[in-house]
Amino acid sequence: MPVKDLIKHDTYQDSVFLMRLAQEISQMEGVQVASALMATPQNKEVLKNTSLLTPDAERAGPNDLVIVVAATSATIAEEALRRAEERLVTIQVPARETGMATVLPRNLDGALRRWPQANLVSISTPGPYAAAEALKALKRGLHVFLFSDNVSLEDELMLKRRAQESDLLVMGPDCGTAIIRGVPLGFANAVRRGTIGLVAASGSGLQEVTSLIHNWGGGVSQAIGTGSRDLHGEIGGISMRMGIDALQEDDDTKVLVLLSKPPEPRVASAILDHIATACISVVVCFLGGDPADIQARDALAATTLEEAAWLAVCLSQGWDMTSPLPSEDLSDTAAAQRRGFSPEQRYISGLFSGGTLCYEAMLILQRVGRIPYSNVPLRPEWAWSPSRPVASDLILDLGSDEFTVGRPHPMIDFRTRLAYLKGAGQDPQVRVILLDVILGYGAHPDPAGELAPAIADAKDRAGAEGRSLAIVASICGTDDDPQGFLAQKEKLQRAGAVIAPTSAQAARLAVAIAVDDGAGGV
Amino acid sequence: MSKMQQLLSDKPRLINIGLRSFADGARQRGAEVFPLDWRPPGRGDAYLARLVALLADDDAGPGAAVAAANRIALQRLSESQPVWVDVQPARQALADMDDHTILHAGPLVAWEDMCGPMRGGIIGALIYEGLAGDPKEAKALAGSGQVQLAPCHSRYAVGPMAGIISPSMPVVVVRNEAYGNVAFATLNEGWGRTLRFGAYDEAVMARLKWMEQTLAPALKKAIKHLGGINVKSITARALQMGDECHNRDLAATALLFKELAPALAAVNLRGGVLREVLHFLSQQEHFFLNISMAACKASLHAAAGLSNSTLVTVVARNGVEVGIQVSCSGERWYTAPATIPLGLFFPGYSEGDANPDLGDSAISETAGIGAFAMGAAPAIVQFVGGTPEDALRFTLEMYEITLGENPHYALPPLSFRGTPTGIDIRRVVETGIAPVVNTGIAHKESGHGLVGAGIVPVPLECFEKALRGVAEAMNVH
Repeated sequence: MPVKDLIKHDTYQDSVFLMRLAQEISQMEGVQVASALMATPQNKEVLKNTSLLTPDAERAGPNDLVIVVAATSATIAEEALRRAEERLVTIQVPARETGMATVLPRNLDGALRRWPQANLVSISTPGPYAAAEALKALKRGLHVFLFSDNVSLEDELMLKRRAQESDLLVMGPDCGTAIIRGVPLGFANAVRRGTIGLVAASGSGLQEVTSLIHNWGGGVSQAIGTGSRDLHGEIGGISMRMGIDALQEDDDTKVLVLLSKPPEPRVASAILDHIATACISVVVCFLGGDPADIQARDALAATTLEEAAWLAVCLSQGWDMTSPLPSEDLSDTAAAQRRGFSPEQRYISGLFSGGTLCYEAMLILQRVGRIPYSNVPLRPEWAWSPSRPVASDLILDLGSDEFTVGRPHPMIDFRTRLAYLKGAGQDPQVRVILLDVILGYGAHPDPAGELAPAIADAKDRAGAEGRSLAIVASICGTDDDPQGFLAQKEKLQRAGAVIAPTSAQAARLAVAIAVDDGAGGV
Repeated sequence: MSKMQQLLSDKPRLINIGLRSFADGARQRGAEVFPLDWRPPGRGDAYLARLVALLADDDAGPGAAVAAANRIALQRLSESQPVWVDVQPARQALADMDDHTILHAGPLVAWEDMCGPMRGGIIGALIYEGLAGDPKEAKALAGSGQVQLAPCHSRYAVGPMAGIISPSMPVVVVRNEAYGNVAFATLNEGWGRTLRFGAYDEAVMARLKWMEQTLAPALKKAIKHLGGINVKSITARALQMGDECHNRDLAATALLFKELAPALAAVNLRGGVLREVLHFLSQQEHFFLNISMAACKASLHAAAGLSNSTLVTVVARNGVEVGIQVSCSGERWYTAPATIPLGLFFPGYSEGDANPDLGDSAISETAGIGAFAMGAAPAIVQFVGGTPEDALRFTLEMYEITLGENPHYALPPLSFRGTPTGIDIRRVVETGIAPVVNTGIAHKESGHGLVGAGIVPVPLECFEKALRGVAEAMNVH
C-alpha cells in the first residue's frame, strides 16, 4: 500500500489538533491510515509500530510536524496530504500587529507586550514544559490555570508558594476544570451563573457537580480547581485555602462547596478549620472520608457528588434539604435488564474517562461488598495490571497516566476506551459495562457518536453468542453544552445503553443489574 | 481590590498556551483570549525551558539581577556615541600586535582548520607584510607556529569576511564618546578580487599598499580636520534612506563621502592624491560598512562584561564555526558549526560554490541594524527572494528576541519604531527564533570573491550553550 509523508520543519501544533486533523483525513475515501504528530522519539516509536515510519519521518526531529498517510493509491495519499496542509494553513490565528506584515508572539512576554491587560494564563503544554510556563506567568503577575500533568511535586510547591506570596492563584497542575465568571477553563460545562461557589481538587467531580447544579435549577458563581494533589501533605491545600478565602469575599457566592478525594488527615483538619469560621453555608464532599469531622465544623457532609450538588442547590434556593434528590426509579430498569445472562456473567466492567467518577463508582461498589479491581485501586491488594486478568469487577480510570502516554485524554480521544469496550463485551464473565460520558467545552465534539456504534456492536456480538450484555452510562453535562445533553442521551439509548441521571446512580444501577436478586443497589 | 478578588470580579482575559480547543471554549463563553504561537522552548529541551523561566525577569532573585543588568546593557548599547576619530596602522592602534600577529574573523581557528578564503587571506597578509616571499613560503610560515593567530574581537577589532588584519594595515579608530572605549576595523578594499575573500595576486597587494601609503594618511588628515565623524548619525539617516547598513550601504557611503570630500580637499594632499582618493571612494558602495562595524563593536563593547546580563555582545563567524559572546561571560565564545547562507547567487555560481558563513560583519545585527532593520530596506529583499512584506516580517520577528528598541534608529515603515536592539539569549532559546544576519557569500576557494548574497540564521545551538553556561555561572539550575 502506498505510504506518503509530509514534513513541516519547525512547525508546532498541539496533539489534540493533530489528532483531529489525522481523524479528518483518515475519513477520506481510500485512505487506510493517517497519522499527524510532532516527531518526538516517542511519537516516532508510535509510527514505527504502525509501519508508518518513512525515511523522512525517521530523519525528522522533535520540532518537525510529520503527517503520514497510507492509502489505496499514491494519488489518494497525496490528495490527503494536500488537504492536511490546507488545514494547517487555515488555522493561522488572526493578526493583531499593525502594518503590512504580522508576527504572532511565541512567548508570554511577546503576548503581554501586545495585550498587557491579560490577567490569567491557561497552560496545557506537554508536562515537561508546564512548570516553566507557569513560573513565567507568576513572575508577570498573572493567575495560572495549569491543566498539564507530569509536573513534579517540588515544582508544584514552588509555584504555589510563590503564587501565594503574590496573592495569585495557581489552579493545578493536573487541573481539569474551572469556571471563572461563566468562562470555562480546560474541560468544563456550560452552566448557568448563580450563587454556588466551588473549590475542587477534582476535575471530573467538579464537572459532575456543576452540571447537576445546572440541571437541577441552581447556578454557579465560580468553580475553582486546585489540581489533584493540592490536598497532599506536601502541598497542604494552598490553592484550596486561597480559593475558600476568595469565595467568601466574592459577592456573588452564597454557598460554598468543597470537593476532593479524602485529603491527608492533617490537611483535611486544616481545611475544615479554615471553613469553621465561614459566614456562608458550606457543603463538603471528601469522597470516602469521614462525615463526622465535617459535621463537627457545622458544615454539611456529602458522600457522593450528586448529594453535594443537591445540598448546594437546596441551600441556594432555600429548599428543604431533607427532600430526596431527583432520581429515576431504577429498580424497574434494573429488573428489565436482568435477563438473558449466562451464569458466568457476574462482573461489572467500568471504563471511565473521569478519575473522580471512577473513584466514586468504586466506593459505591465497595459499600455493597463488591471487590472493584482497578489501575487506581482503593486498596493495594485490588491492583490490576493488563498482564493480570482478574475474576472480579474491574473499574478502570482510562485518564490515568499509563493510558495517556503519547495520546490525548480519553475525553477527547476514544481509541483506548473503544478497544476496552470491545474487549469487555467479549468477556464471557462481564455482565454490565459501566461508562461515563463527559460533555462540555474541551471534550470530544460527539462522545455518543464515538461510543454508540461500539455499544450496539458489543450488544449484538453478545446476543450472537446467546447472552445478554447490559451497558449503563451516566452523562456529565448540560443541555447548553455544545454537544447537547438530550441529543447525546438519545444517541446512546438508541444504541442500547441505559442512561442514569447521575454518576452515582449509574454505579448503583450497575450493581443492581449485576446482583441476581437485585438487592443492594438502587 | 486584591488580585484574587480581581480574578473573580471580571471575565478572564486569557492567554492560552497549549491546546487550541481550550481557547475556543473560553471564547465562546465570552472571554477574551489571546493566542500564542507557542512551541516547546529550547527546541524541546525541558531543562533549557526551565532555565529560561528561572532567569526570566523578576522582582527578586536571579531574574531580578538579570533584568537590572540587561536594563543597563540596553541603555549602554543604545546611548553609545560612536565617532570615527582616526586612522592608524594596526600595530600602533591595537594591543599586543607584534610583527608576527595576524588577526582573523570569528572565533579562534587553527591554520589547519581554516576555510579557503581565510587561508588565502593569511597567505596574502604574510606576503603583504614581507614575512613570506611567495604563497608556498607563506603556507609553511603560517603552519609553523611562528605566526600568532587571534580573533579580531580579541583586540576590539572587526573585519568583514576573512577579516584579516596584519600589523601594517591601516585601521579606522572609532571612539565611543559616551563611554570612552574604542574599536577598530580595516578599511574596505572595494569589490572584486580582494584579500577579504582570500585573493592575494599582485593587484590585490598593490591596492593594499596604496591604501596603506596613500588612502590612510589622506583619510587621517581629513578626519583630524573634521574633528571626527559621528557614525551613529550617518547610520540613523541612512536607515531612513533605504539602507540597512550591512548588505546595503549605498546611502550611508554617499553620506560619508559628502562629509569627507570637502575635508579631503581642504587638507592640502600632494599632487594627484586627492583625485585618486576621491575616485576610489566614489567607486565604493560599501566603504561605510567597515566603519559602521567598528562603531557597532564600540557600542556593544560598552555593554560587555556586565555581571548577570544576558545580552549578546558578539556574533562572528570564521567560515567553520559561528561564535557568540554574552555580556556576563566576557570574551568566552559559545560556538556551533557555520552553515551555508540562503540567498541569490551571481550568474555562474551556485550553493555548491559557497563557503559556510564567514566574517565579523554580523556585529551589525548584534547592534540592532543589518537584517534587524530589513524592514527599512525594501531594496534588499531581492536577496531573500521576497517582497517588502517579507522584509518587514524579518524585522518584526527580531523584536521577539531583543531586549528593546533603539530610539535613535527609527524605521519609517514601522511608524518610526526603533530598530529591534540587543539580542537576549533567553528569548532566543525560549522562542526558537534565530537572529538573522544579512551577509555576502564567499566562494569556498580562496580568491574567487563574492558569489552571492543572502541571509543566514545564527545557529540556535550557540544560544543554548550560552544559556547553560550563564546559568551555571549564576548557580541557577
